[in-house]
Amino acid sequence: MSTLVLAEHDNATLKPATLNAVAAAQALGADVDILVAGEGCSPAAEAAASVAGVGKVLCADNAVYGHQLAENVSLLVADLGAGYDNVVAPATTSGKNIMPRVAALLDVGQISDIISVESADTFKRPIYAGNVIATVQSMDAKKVITVRTTAFDAVAAEGGSASVEAVDAVHDAGISSFVGEEMAVSDRPELTSASIVISGGRGMQNGENFAMLESVADKLGAAVGASRAAVDAGFVPNDMQVGQTGKIVAPDLYIAVGISGAIQHLAGMKDSKVIVAINKDEDAPIFQVADYGLVADLFNAVPELDASL
Amino acid sequence: MPLTCVIDVGMIPGRYTYLPINSPLICGESMKVLVAVKRVVDYNVKVRAKADGSDVDLNNVKMAINPFCEIAVEEAVRLKEAGTATEVVAVSIGDKACQEQIRTALALGADRGIQVETEGGVEPLVVAKLLKGVIEKEQPQLVILGKQSIDGDNNQTGQMLGALTNMAQGTFASEVAIDGDKVNVTREVDGGLQTVSLNLPAIVTTDLRLNEPRYASLPNIMKAKKKPLDVHTPADLGVEVKAHLTTLKVEPPAERQAGSMVESVEQLADKLKDEAKVIS
Repeated sequence: MSTLVLAEHDNATLKPATLNAVAAAQALGADVDILVAGEGCSPAAEAAASVAGVGKVLCADNAVYGHQLAENVSLLVADLGAGYDNVVAPATTSGKNIMPRVAALLDVGQISDIISVESADTFKRPIYAGNVIATVQSMDAKKVITVRTTAFDAVAAEGGSASVEAVDAVHDAGISSFVGEEMAVSDRPELTSASIVISGGRGMQNGENFAMLESVADKLGAAVGASRAAVDAGFVPNDMQVGQTGKIVAPDLYIAVGISGAIQHLAGMKDSKVIVAINKDEDAPIFQVADYGLVADLFNAVPELDASL
Repeated sequence: MPLTCVIDVGMIPGRYTYLPINSPLICGESMKVLVAVKRVVDYNVKVRAKADGSDVDLNNVKMAINPFCEIAVEEAVRLKEAGTATEVVAVSIGDKACQEQIRTALALGADRGIQVETEGGVEPLVVAKLLKGVIEKEQPQLVILGKQSIDGDNNQTGQMLGALTNMAQGTFASEVAIDGDKVNVTREVDGGLQTVSLNLPAIVTTDLRLNEPRYASLPNIMKAKKKPLDVHTPADLGVEVKAHLTTLKVEPPAERQAGSMVESVEQLADKLKDEAKVIS
């Protein structure tokens, strides 16, 4: 039995999501190898080699994998994955983009967004925006799996001493190319890896008012998120959305400001260790999941919180 | 996509001259867009697991077109309104009831519909295989799907279809721009936006910000009833409907216990520092 984990990385560094995916892979009970596919990605491969409990690291370093184009990377993963029992990736936008292609190339189903490993072929995963948890059993000999990273504690990034093997296979589908990217430039931590997240909802009334949350975030070293309602209303961009169809977060502290607590938002943050809700509506469902609730007008409470820090 | 000028010229009997008799004359590109739509529980319905854990309880719940599929239909219709697309075909896979969602797509502006008739739900890989069969018949230049359906939350079908047809994919799209024989797709990725250029024919899956779907007007709903809707079977498309996953059990998620209410911001800050120890 063996499992291949597709690493999430930016060529220079290994992303933390990889460590959660390795944890899920280890729960399958098989030997775990990591594939780092990219361009100039040997630093990331070296980092993968020191992850605890990894057998070996496959490093496919070629321009065709440089921007993680799904058309090319999926051909590589399917090619290498043919020799493994399981192929696993974190359910990041990159993993979600690539892995279903891999599954189709291997003619197997994919088990998306698993939150627990019950046995080598049985998993739990949320459906209906997290309203229901399904226990599913794969009938395919080979499993292609994406992992909800917040549901698995990361393995140690250090302590391993796996060998790094170069993979020479070059798969260029030749049907897509990278044009450019606009990454949000921020000194704040990334939403999905921040230890504190402060999010605003429709109650924020407009995008400018998010400056209040940013001020608090800067004092706490927090990331700023938003509910789908705030994104739909055009207050803030979609990449800030926390929820079932947005980002799934599980920080040590989650502060929900002016968020009513729609189920699809709760699905994205309810695994946070401590949840604080500030809302003027005392009947808001968010209070049912909050460890600390404050019924107050956010336009008074947030500046006051800011001043107290 | 060929950049040829298609002109049908026929001879009118009795006249000694050639006149174009087929209209419209399409000079430049003729682009067919295929849109996949799924019938799902309305997004306002709070779905619950049945007490015996066998399935979710879908008795008497309101059904609707999957929100991401609605965005896909809207995008296709806008491409047609902009003169970029020439025909929009809406396809759905399911039992007869899914014709309702095809009619919704037709009311929103799709030109004709295709149902692939299956009994009950089918898994994403099978859906992708069936859609591949439809693509072979229809030869669209662009296929637009929702990024995921709000029932299974799988987020697989578009990508699987890409692999099966060897088409490029622009998933989680927030902008779609046709550029000659390519399409530029701006994608919502972790940390920002990525733009990729895809050879046509290509696959696009929609994210929330791509557009805001219109409401169907009553006259358009009436007109939609008269638009053509063909029915195929998986056998017509040469696809075997097979299960890859068995659902053993469904259950409600673990309930989180509500904590305590605080009276003031000061009390909140103290609790976070001293009791929860999450800020210093």
